[in-house]
Amino acid sequence: MEASTKPKKTIKTIAKSKTAMPEQDPAVRAHNWSEVTLGYTEDQALAEAARCIQCKKPGCIAGCPVAINIPGFIQAIESRDFRKAYDIVAADNVLPAICGRVCPQETQCEALCIVGNKLEPVGIGRLERFVGDLALKNGWSLATSIKRNGHKAAMIGSGPASITCAVDLARAGVEVTIYEALHTAGGVLKYGIPEFRLPKKLIDRELEALQRLGVKIVTNAIIGRLYTIPQLMQEMGYETAFIGVGAGYPNLMGIPGEGFNGIFSANEYLTRVNLMRAYQHPQTDTPTGMGKKVAVIGAGNTAMDACRVSIRMGAENVYCVYRRTKKESPARAEEVHHAEEEGVKFNWLTTPVRILADERGWVRAMECIRMELGEPDESGRARPVPVPGSEFLFEVDTIVYAIGTSANPILAQTTPGLKLNQRGYIDVSPETQMTSIPGVFAGGDIVTGGATVILAMGAGRKAAHAMLQYMGIEAAAQPAHQAK
Amino acid sequence: MFKIAKREQFSPVTYLWKLEAPDIAKAAQPGNFVIVRHGDGGERVPLTIADFDRQAGTITLVIQAVGKTTTSLMDLKEGEYLDDLAGPLGHARHFDKVKKVVCVGGGLGVAPTYPQLRQYKQNGAYTISIMGFRSKDLMFWIDRFKAESDELIIATDDGSFGVKGLVTGPLQEVLDKHQDVDEVLAIGPAIMMRACVAVTKPRNIKTIVSLNPIMVDGTGMCGGCRVTVGGKMAFACVDGPEFDGLQVDFDELMARAKRFDSSERESMRLFRERCHLPRQSS
Repeated sequence: MEASTKPKKTIKTIAKSKTAMPEQDPAVRAHNWSEVTLGYTEDQALAEAARCIQCKKPGCIAGCPVAINIPGFIQAIESRDFRKAYDIVAADNVLPAICGRVCPQETQCEALCIVGNKLEPVGIGRLERFVGDLALKNGWSLATSIKRNGHKAAMIGSGPASITCAVDLARAGVEVTIYEALHTAGGVLKYGIPEFRLPKKLIDRELEALQRLGVKIVTNAIIGRLYTIPQLMQEMGYETAFIGVGAGYPNLMGIPGEGFNGIFSANEYLTRVNLMRAYQHPQTDTPTGMGKKVAVIGAGNTAMDACRVSIRMGAENVYCVYRRTKKESPARAEEVHHAEEEGVKFNWLTTPVRILADERGWVRAMECIRMELGEPDESGRARPVPVPGSEFLFEVDTIVYAIGTSANPILAQTTPGLKLNQRGYIDVSPETQMTSIPGVFAGGDIVTGGATVILAMGAGRKAAHAMLQYMGIEAAAQPAHQAK
Repeated sequence: MFKIAKREQFSPVTYLWKLEAPDIAKAAQPGNFVIVRHGDGGERVPLTIADFDRQAGTITLVIQAVGKTTTSLMDLKEGEYLDDLAGPLGHARHFDKVKKVVCVGGGLGVAPTYPQLRQYKQNGAYTISIMGFRSKDLMFWIDRFKAESDELIIATDDGSFGVKGLVTGPLQEVLDKHQDVDEVLAIGPAIMMRACVAVTKPRNIKTIVSLNPIMVDGTGMCGGCRVTVGGKMAFACVDGPEFDGLQVDFDELMARAKRFDSSERESMRLFRERCHLPRQSS
């Protein structure tokens, strides 16, 4: 093997920290919509790949929801065989350029990286993005000669769960149609994640690759309204269907004043900006209707997106308001850091209890209360407890709720026999992702509640595997990867 | 892409489209709406379905040019294509057995009243229709309404046809005359529906209103269309668009309709400046 000709890498011989990711300067990027992180150059990728010590028993793979052969693709980078690196990644992950950007690597693969025990872990996400970007630039896609087998499957929703499921089924010869409710495909990747974090043209290229595999995408098709699931299965000839519609039903807090003007769900706010391109208004038709003093309630990744969008939309002051502290905030550390750099102000241990408006019904302030941390709650995080008498007025003109989403009711209302759990999400078999309706599978946020792109992809993959079995298609027809 | 199979101009600001959309026509029920979107950067606009023909595979929209999008869509000709049409959305109307019903339509609410009126008639109800227009030249579909109504009253703001004034005057008279009205349906601008409810509420007559608040997706995702009904927050797109009018907080609804006024004025100004030239795609 090649490795024997080189001196063996050990934890002592490699660089101690990750190769830095080039970024736009915060002062500049706060005023543009271009991508914040610029991606590794070839030299930087080689330098970072050299930090992987090719462990005999690597931890990273187990941390990846789709079990990418991480040491394998990094070794291919190191030996400058980038095409091979892509083929290794793409065997398990059809969206490397996207996952390299939006996966929470620090709690997944990189958290279990052996190098990370002593030093900074290998920058797996950054390397994955490097490979994914090269593939898009060079038009690489998995070499596949697909033999159609006459089986048909429908995907409901066109986000990461459905895309992954569709690819696995299409590669195995199934005729796949994706039904998307909006006028453009991509789901949360399009409406949720801002341009500066995930350029839309990347998603479009990934979707084009999907169509080259023979997957059909039908937009403007709201399943449950235009066609029902029973119709898909009985009249339209689909043997199986996969529900990957996400959990796009925004939560409000239920405090007085939520009907006033200037209050948005993060879904509405981000959809206006990202999907409808309100940042180009009035060249585009959809405005945001936002003001200059913006409070974003919540501190997850969506909250960070809303904060950073507000900065770029020209808000003078952007406040992130969260009832716990930075330590408990569910956002990725990198996102919080980027938000801080761009001028977002953080108000930890604070929560609104009432919204006040001017005489025309526009938000003028929130009445907030200070919180302190008490005993851990069922999530294991310290429970925030209001401090009596600590109410104060917080003057803002725009409030964005980023406090999570619930299950959209349309499918449940129109699909007799579809079993939900107590939280309203779809109940599935954990082994197969099959719902209470035979042949109908589900995965992603509509099963788990709001989670991450990669977890949705993992569920899509697991469902695809079970759907192939359900249709009686030999698992051998699938490319080699370990469906978990 | 959805073909405009037929187009009629009812007045300088009101026009009808019959769109080829066989699957939507098949699934449509009275009370449903659709979202239309057109052109690069076009916004999503909810419009109530005014009619559907399952055999012909078409749905009918009657559109009033009030903003930039509805004004620019007026330039699309018969035979041309609309980019995006999504629906049917919202709950289908559930019709209780009623013996006598009053259907009130005003302005942009006139056309959407029609499929409901027809359904009431088919269900065997005695139907009284009150349709309001600003003036005689803006009137349309009078024959169709006549065909489905046992009594038809037309009101015009300027008195150029029928009763002069708002629809609420005739509504009051009808309810005085017919003490046995089971139900009132009111579709139109929020201010009209509020005024109708002001008439029906003291009499405690069940009043159904169809709300058309600003929406982005129309599928429950954005929550922009939220409305307070009976003290609780509802989403018009998935919980409505029809609600018990006696329970709706119309003041909030009307305030929320103004959320994007200044931006919309700016869009309209730019549109006029460009003299209706087709927009360049960027």
